[in-house]
Amino acid sequence: MSNTGAAHAASHDHGHHDKTGTVIFGFWIFLMSDLIAFSLMIANYADAEWHGIANGPSPHELFSLGLPTIETMALLISTFTFGICTLGMKYGASMKRTVGWLILTLALGAIFLGIELYEFHEFWTEGNTPQVSGFLTAYYSLVGLHGLHVTSGIIWGILLMVQMKTFGMNDLIKSRLVRLGLFWHMLDIVWIALFTKVYLMGVL
Amino acid sequence: MSILGSLDWNDIFIVPFFTDPSLSTGIAAGAGGIVVLGALAVMVLLTVKGWWKPLWSNWITTLDHKKIGVIYIVLALIMLIRGVLEAVVMRAQQVSPAPGFLSVEHHAELFSTHGTIMIFFVAMPFLTGVINVVMPLQIGARDMEFPFMNAVSLWLSIGGAALVMASLVVGHFETGGWTAYPPYTGIKLSPNEGVDYWIWSLGLTSVGSTLSGINFLVTIYKQRAPGMKLFDMSIFAWATLCTAILMIFAMMPLTVASLMLALDRQAGFHFFTATQGGNMMNFANMFWLFGHPEVYILILPAFGVFSEVIPTFSGKKIYGYTSLVWATIAIAVLSFTVWVHHFFTMGQTAHLNAIFGIATMTIGVPTGVKVFNWMLTMWRGKLRFSTAMLFSTGFIFTFVIGGITGVMLANPTIDFATHNSLFLVAHFHNMLIPGLLFGMFAAVNYWFPLCFGFRLDEKWGRRSFWLWMIGFYGAFMPLYAIGLMGAPRRMAFFTEPAYFPWLVIAMLGALCVLAGLTAQIIQVWVSVKNRESLMVPAGDPWDGRGIEWSLGCPVPEYDFSTIPAMTSREPWVDAKEAGKRVMDPTEFVDIHLPKPTGMPFLVGLVATLFAFAMIFQMWLIAAVGFVAMWVLVLIRSYDTDWEETVTAEELREGYEAHKRVVESTPQIRLDDEFTTKNRGLIMETQV
Repeated sequence: MSNTGAAHAASHDHGHHDKTGTVIFGFWIFLMSDLIAFSLMIANYADAEWHGIANGPSPHELFSLGLPTIETMALLISTFTFGICTLGMKYGASMKRTVGWLILTLALGAIFLGIELYEFHEFWTEGNTPQVSGFLTAYYSLVGLHGLHVTSGIIWGILLMVQMKTFGMNDLIKSRLVRLGLFWHMLDIVWIALFTKVYLMGVL
Repeated sequence: MSILGSLDWNDIFIVPFFTDPSLSTGIAAGAGGIVVLGALAVMVLLTVKGWWKPLWSNWITTLDHKKIGVIYIVLALIMLIRGVLEAVVMRAQQVSPAPGFLSVEHHAELFSTHGTIMIFFVAMPFLTGVINVVMPLQIGARDMEFPFMNAVSLWLSIGGAALVMASLVVGHFETGGWTAYPPYTGIKLSPNEGVDYWIWSLGLTSVGSTLSGINFLVTIYKQRAPGMKLFDMSIFAWATLCTAILMIFAMMPLTVASLMLALDRQAGFHFFTATQGGNMMNFANMFWLFGHPEVYILILPAFGVFSEVIPTFSGKKIYGYTSLVWATIAIAVLSFTVWVHHFFTMGQTAHLNAIFGIATMTIGVPTGVKVFNWMLTMWRGKLRFSTAMLFSTGFIFTFVIGGITGVMLANPTIDFATHNSLFLVAHFHNMLIPGLLFGMFAAVNYWFPLCFGFRLDEKWGRRSFWLWMIGFYGAFMPLYAIGLMGAPRRMAFFTEPAYFPWLVIAMLGALCVLAGLTAQIIQVWVSVKNRESLMVPAGDPWDGRGIEWSLGCPVPEYDFSTIPAMTSREPWVDAKEAGKRVMDPTEFVDIHLPKPTGMPFLVGLVATLFAFAMIFQMWLIAAVGFVAMWVLVLIRSYDTDWEETVTAEELREGYEAHKRVVESTPQIRLDDEFTTKNRGLIMETQV
């Protein structure tokens, strides 16, 4: 924590310090606590997929890799497009381009979400609801929790675009976009864990 | 499905008394009545005195960390009164002839609310409040890093507490203890709204605590005065840092476990129903993944307080600063490695029990280091037994007794014999009353002048200490004894005659604790009445060591007129030793403070409404409340004009005014610090 040079200068700048950096640091810490929630759900799932089948289907019977692979590709590409979006913002790309990349990112997120909901719907109509077994409870909750995060990310992104329109690309908006980016990238990393644990290891 | 969900007439607190009159329902109706009348009385008082407006503009809308801290502490004290009263009723139940005057259900509600309240609505707000007041002042910050979020945390905690209070008036609370283990708390065995009250009141407050943790941590990392390295921070700030990390990582397992329980109950999920492939041990694991670090969230800030109070009232610097810091860090890390000791008897292998038993005992080592540090700080010091110092020294040897019984319980073989007995109940009260409450009482007595500008009455403070101390020993030592004799915890009544004399002593002890609490209320009352003679406008009434004492009392809203230059670990002591009575200012510059806003209060209000609706399954209202909560946050995100400026000139004037007060305050002897001669700025150097 180098606080002597830079922070000293900043704190004498009319009592302001580097607010953007601090807010992003705080958000980073929040994401760490959010990761705890995911890790607990994954641990719970890991238990339930072995011991919680009850009278329901096993992961092997339930899952196939087709749709989840497309899902995963959509999300991986979206994290790439978000990267371009924030990098562009950093190097002074026009608002139009920034918004364009953001829209593409959110659209990919929506595709991901759509496939997930389609899969949920399929399972559900086959009678495999979360009420059937501990395993299905764990499955819907773990994947659903991630989906809920993606949904929040999409809503957040849309609201942020409205704010970009109102405020223009000021520091506040930039900071919010960076935080949404962190959130989005974290969801991608979490999804890789989920895809591996739930689908890849599930069909093995 | 009605819009009011599962709420019906029988949920209103006096109705059961009319349909089924008994002493038990009468007490329930009386308790509900106290809540309703108390709320009405407060409203009448506010109206008659015309205090609504000042309450709103000075307190409810405040973003000032010191005021937020004070509100937290007030919340803790109100809930403490309820918690202690419940304890007294339970002790009275135990000594009355079986089956006692309370129904079994009612007694179960009492021990569940007692535990829930004491942990989440006394301990947590108390330490969060003290940290809020003190930590920014000790690191030379002007506020928490996120003042708005700080206020949101506060109002979420108050919302949670309000729900527990509401359970006295509307419906029931949970009856499965503060840990609420399924399957007992599943929908089959606990069909009423009690468990939902537990889930959602904890849900609100644990989100608040997570946010507080983030706030504390970022504040410490980013807001320290220029030149202050981490190893220059006060021990209290270190304790805060470690507590914050525990909060960030430990609150989430509770939130997750309780939401899973909610899904099991309301949506027919099977996280914890064994017959359908659920596993209730997952709840136990997640709960204690939170619950064990929680113990150290509660205790570390108190350790921090003792590490400030003991040096001050010994007239010496803390002994072994570095070892104390490392002991604090070690305790924080180890706290995550021992959770299984909460269920040694629940079927895991002996090897696993042995590993967790050893890990548990290991925590005794850094804690022992701390105890020696405090004792060696006092060694050959000039000890002055103020109320704060009495609580600190009373803590040391009482806590050591609790530590020894803790090491006993950490041995799985002993634990098999004593778990779920009153021995365990005695042990954890033996840790938390000295290790949390005494610490917080010491903190209030010590730092009170920073917030209000006057000292608390010492005479009543010392009386409260002795009553608490004697009361503690009276109430809990007998429980060790009958615990070893086999008395189980949570029993609605006892029929074993051998327990009776011990229970009578415990009852008297509980009454003594109640008297101690009463003495504290009198202490505040007397101090407010005599505040003119207790004023310490020059600040530093105890020859303190931290930079918070370089400020006048009460501390101005902007805290520091100029951010102090940190040249050493204790610059205020250096300044005093150099004969200065005011720290040299650095540079006066315009600063920005957050404007007061009612938005956090509204967020808390809507969140509480949402939670209440979830408890009674009013899905429509819940949905509206949930959306409204986020809409409020969204509205706030449009607010860019949220700071107001304090000019360099105003800061200079504040500094000059403080300097004038200090210069016109006569210097007095240390021996006079508890007399009315003490107007602040007491110095050890003789006049």
